[in-house]
Amino acid sequence: MAAPFPTRKQEEWRYADLDALRPVWEQFAEPRTLTIGAGESFEDVWLPTADDVHVRRVQIALEPGAKTRLFVLNTAPVYGRIELDVSLDEGSEFDLFGANIGTGLSTNEIVTVVKHIGVGGRSRQTIRSVLNGKATGSYLGRVEVARGAQQTDADQSVKAMLLDRGATANCKPELEIFADDVKCAHGATVGELDAMQLFYAESRGLDPVSARALLLEGFVMGLWDGIENAAQHESIATAAKDALRRVV
Amino acid sequence: MLEITNLHATVADKPILNGVTLDVPAGEVHAIMGPNGSGKSTLAYVLAGRPGYAVSEGAATFDGHDLLAMEPYERAAAGLFLGFQYPVEIPGVSYLQFLRESLNSQRRSRGEDELSAGDFIKLAREQAKLLGMDAEMLKRPVNVGFSGGEKKRAEMVQMGILAPKFALLDETDSGLDIDALKAVGEGINRIMRAPDKGGLLITHYERLLEYVRPDRVHVLQAGRITRSGDIDLARELENTGYAEAAA
Repeated sequence: MAAPFPTRKQEEWRYADLDALRPVWEQFAEPRTLTIGAGESFEDVWLPTADDVHVRRVQIALEPGAKTRLFVLNTAPVYGRIELDVSLDEGSEFDLFGANIGTGLSTNEIVTVVKHIGVGGRSRQTIRSVLNGKATGSYLGRVEVARGAQQTDADQSVKAMLLDRGATANCKPELEIFADDVKCAHGATVGELDAMQLFYAESRGLDPVSARALLLEGFVMGLWDGIENAAQHESIATAAKDALRRVV
Repeated sequence: MLEITNLHATVADKPILNGVTLDVPAGEVHAIMGPNGSGKSTLAYVLAGRPGYAVSEGAATFDGHDLLAMEPYERAAAGLFLGFQYPVEIPGVSYLQFLRESLNSQRRSRGEDELSAGDFIKLAREQAKLLGMDAEMLKRPVNVGFSGGEKKRAEMVQMGILAPKFALLDETDSGLDIDALKAVGEGINRIMRAPDKGGLLITHYERLLEYVRPDRVHVLQAGRITRSGDIDLARELENTGYAEAAA
């Protein structure tokens, strides 16, 4: 039995492209589940595919002391969705570095629920969106800190760059805290390329397109700095650069 | 080499330059001095092509080409370098990447071969060393976390790497301590003093000029050149101030 098809009334689907999702819903209705065992470390890099619609729905359970680092590039031509439901038990750590790079009429979104259920968990979410044309890029991120999950340290950093007037960024960090000794930080900004930085780069000999591309690389590529596997770093960096060349 | 004729320019519809005429022949370095708000930085920005700085009258040619018709990157490829009064920070982009892409973009525009990564790093290290800058700093994002003095030194390292024909230096000496001032002065002489090169230094102070020894000194006031002379004019201004010099 597949889960019922979502509606826009559900907050986590509010900005989704449901028309694009409908024909392929069945294959994504059931989220994948992952359990990272106590004390284990897991690192993964998620690249875009050639599909027009690409959805990943994953539930991750971090057992005590487990560590997970995800690096995700969301750049579907029509609709891309990365949906994570993460629970952190005592002393576990979760890092998400994600980019939405969208062009044309595309919708790309990263939707997360991070549940701190044990003491001393740490979560970091760093999201960068670059959008041109009439593209939409969203981050909806809820952090829940359960009663008793003291010394939780949760951070959400969300920045979006809009290259055209028609582009849309939605940034919605959300906190739900039921413990009194926690550190939860979030910041969100939406901006455009800085005119003085562009002039500086052009005055050094970069044509306008190359100058924009370089500034956008600076905005996005730092996300991948922590990837330990060199081949994986190379593959996501190359894919992100290609995606940036398409939006510049 | 750089010929400016009756140049008028406005910023946000406000007239700032009111008929600047100036000729810097190849092989010479000139200085422009003047009080705050006289149009010195505007002149530099207009010559480098900053958006929003509109020329309403007059002309500027560089090696006989119409400078004002060129895009900023084309002016750079033609050999013009602007040293910024306030160098800009670019987070996430290392100095090495920034300068290698800039240099290779210029070289492509001129129909020259690109420099390989190895040759570029060698050049960058060499120039950093000559300016007394730790080459490790070039791995850091452009100007991020640099002190005022480090930014100005880095501008000179950029000038050394890009090797322009003509340098337009906007208050490169402001915010420098005595050692850095000397290093910058020597850098200008080493990089820009040649029969086929030229420069225009914009400055408030006479001190840098003692190192560089400009061939001519001009005073810019209310958007026009009001006096020209040799280095003695700069020394005189240092003693008397601009108000009296204009009288």
